[in-house]
Amino acid sequence: MIIFEYLADLFGAIPAAFISGILPIAFVVPYALFAVYWERKVSAHMQDRLGPMRTGWHGYLQTIADILKLIQKEDIVATAVDKPLFNLAPILVFAGSYAAFAAIPFSSAYIGANVDLGMLYIIAVSGLVVAGILMAGWASNNKYSLIGAVRSAAQIVSYEIPTVIVILTLFSIVGTLNLYELSEIQSSNIFNWMIFGGNVIGWKKIVLIPLMFAAFIIIYLTTLAEVNRTPFDIPEAESELVAGYHTEYSGMKFAMFFLAEYANMFAVSAIVATLFLGGYHSPFGYLGNLLGISWLVPVEQFFWFTFKGLGFVTVQMWLRWTLPRLRVDQLMTVCWKYLIPLSFVIFLLVSLLMVL
Amino acid sequence: METKTSHLRSEEMILNMGPQHPSTHGVLRLEVELDGELIIDVRPHIGYLHRCFEKHCEAMTYPQIIPYVDRLDYLASMYNEFGYALAVERLAGIEVPPRVEYIRVIMGELQRIASHLVAVGTYGLDIGAFTPFLYCFIEREKILTLFEMTCGARLLYNYIWVGGVSHDLPPDFIRLTKEFIVTFKPIIAELNNLLSYNKIFIERTANVGILPLDTAINFGVTGPNLRASGLKWDLRRDDPYSIYDKFDFEIPVGEGWHGTVGDCWDRYYLRMLEMEQSIRIIEQAIEQIPDGDVTSAIPKRIKPAEGQIYSRVENPRGELGYYIVSKGGLQPHRLKVRPPSFVNLEVLGELCKGHLVADVIAILGSIDIVLGEVDR
Repeated sequence: MIIFEYLADLFGAIPAAFISGILPIAFVVPYALFAVYWERKVSAHMQDRLGPMRTGWHGYLQTIADILKLIQKEDIVATAVDKPLFNLAPILVFAGSYAAFAAIPFSSAYIGANVDLGMLYIIAVSGLVVAGILMAGWASNNKYSLIGAVRSAAQIVSYEIPTVIVILTLFSIVGTLNLYELSEIQSSNIFNWMIFGGNVIGWKKIVLIPLMFAAFIIIYLTTLAEVNRTPFDIPEAESELVAGYHTEYSGMKFAMFFLAEYANMFAVSAIVATLFLGGYHSPFGYLGNLLGISWLVPVEQFFWFTFKGLGFVTVQMWLRWTLPRLRVDQLMTVCWKYLIPLSFVIFLLVSLLMVL
Repeated sequence: METKTSHLRSEEMILNMGPQHPSTHGVLRLEVELDGELIIDVRPHIGYLHRCFEKHCEAMTYPQIIPYVDRLDYLASMYNEFGYALAVERLAGIEVPPRVEYIRVIMGELQRIASHLVAVGTYGLDIGAFTPFLYCFIEREKILTLFEMTCGARLLYNYIWVGGVSHDLPPDFIRLTKEFIVTFKPIIAELNNLLSYNKIFIERTANVGILPLDTAINFGVTGPNLRASGLKWDLRRDDPYSIYDKFDFEIPVGEGWHGTVGDCWDRYYLRMLEMEQSIRIIEQAIEQIPDGDVTSAIPKRIKPAEGQIYSRVENPRGELGYYIVSKGGLQPHRLKVRPPSFVNLEVLGELCKGHLVADVIAILGSIDIVLGEVDR
């Protein structure tokens, strides 16, 4: 049973909606703190360094110390900025990336809002991030910020197209955009995961598998670009644009952008995991079912979900610390000349297959 | 329906890159004229590090100048000293013992490797690959440790003196250098796999910032940048100084491996190849190094006869020349440095035209300048 329904029985619908809306924050904030720490450790160990070691055991408290420092910092606002937009931008960016968590099913017992058009909602809401970034770049009244923001807008808008086409492809197989239902379809068996063709059976499944693998790679690349991570991190390319759209931000506003970036990384990883890798479902079956403890199953599901999400986040970090950065025209080439045609071909083939 | 756009003003944007910018390799200001992301013109503004080196030299005796020479190209201090000592020795007619020559060559070539490692590592950083930078610095650290055990300093050495070197090599130096060479050879291959042959890296640098040979010669470009454009011109071979004629090494030239001859990738990769050649020289020098006193030829007082000299060496970045005029006193009457970085930087505007903003960084990094030398 979904937590929301349980709470609605107890307190009524509105307080229940409020409580279940607050829950993702209880996940996102500790996750972001951990992810920042994790990124530092991953990068450090890739570069023969130790990373943070002083604050707490193996530097565990480093990000908390950083956040405390950022809170205490003077909030510098340059005189020539457009103040309302400048102050609104980090909030908007964080809101956009946080709102996406609402429609992501963390386990069979928890989804913030069980919307029928969940996937479309996520795509739409992450569009807010573009508005926030453009706002930040424009309001900062800084040329680096402006270039970064314009690049970012172009990039995110372009890369949404192949993402949506891949989602359409999935839709043509399962017939639902509800992420909760999509996760349930992929239950019980690893070969029911969408990357192995979902619940389709017979010869069609064998044809679907390579197509789904290709679609998976496409959506992984495009989501990487949507969160501005290397090799697609040209909006904040520190060697060219200093820090891109958040050059002028300091203190807590900077931390908001930072937090939003890490929240976004998990959001897109979670979406990819939900769409292709069975969402919260375990690849092996559940200990709870084996022991007959029914409440253990959702907990295990939550574990698997975070495991998959963090796995993708780690791959994103791995790529970041290995690869150089593309140039802006090459970035567009990758999207328009390769990913979009390829995703269209996959979409057509899959639709054809499902009609047969 | 007719749309009115005539009232909309469109103009080029001037972007000031630097003097505080992550990728200008020091305090360089680039005035970049942009049309969107496209570059119309790049004008370098220099002088932020100017410290009157040449004028200052006129008030100092010849040995006193050596520490200041270190601060020109602070990534290649050994080679600056080498060049300066050579110039004064030629001016004053001082012969140095053979062991000193070998020590100088070993130090110079180690310095060349250290300098190229910084060039290669920071170039990766410019393109956006962070990790190779630290891999390069691990190796550079080993070289700096060798220098430190020799003369006590890690960056500005004051080691090569007129007529000799300040100390003899420490007892372990030869053994440790051999160990370093053994461990360093596979590192070059590793760096190549990590960065040089990376598809994205090649896409970013091949066919970008092509420097044709005639332009390079007209602008007076020297060093790896000139060789990457296809001319086999290396002062160690073409105007031999010290004992470089005793060693067997090759001079790599740009061949347009992944694009056109003289593009950024060529300039980058040439430094990789040069490090291999430097290792060859060091290996030979270590085999042949004779025993002897290293301080015996250092004069108590350097007072060259009236005259002038232009002496040049192949510094990691190109032709480093010292023009010294002596009026017979203890101080030089005039000392002029021909710095390779300064001359190589001139060509930047020519290379950047028609490229994108991101390419400015790629091109500037491939030219490999050190601002301490550009401004003096």
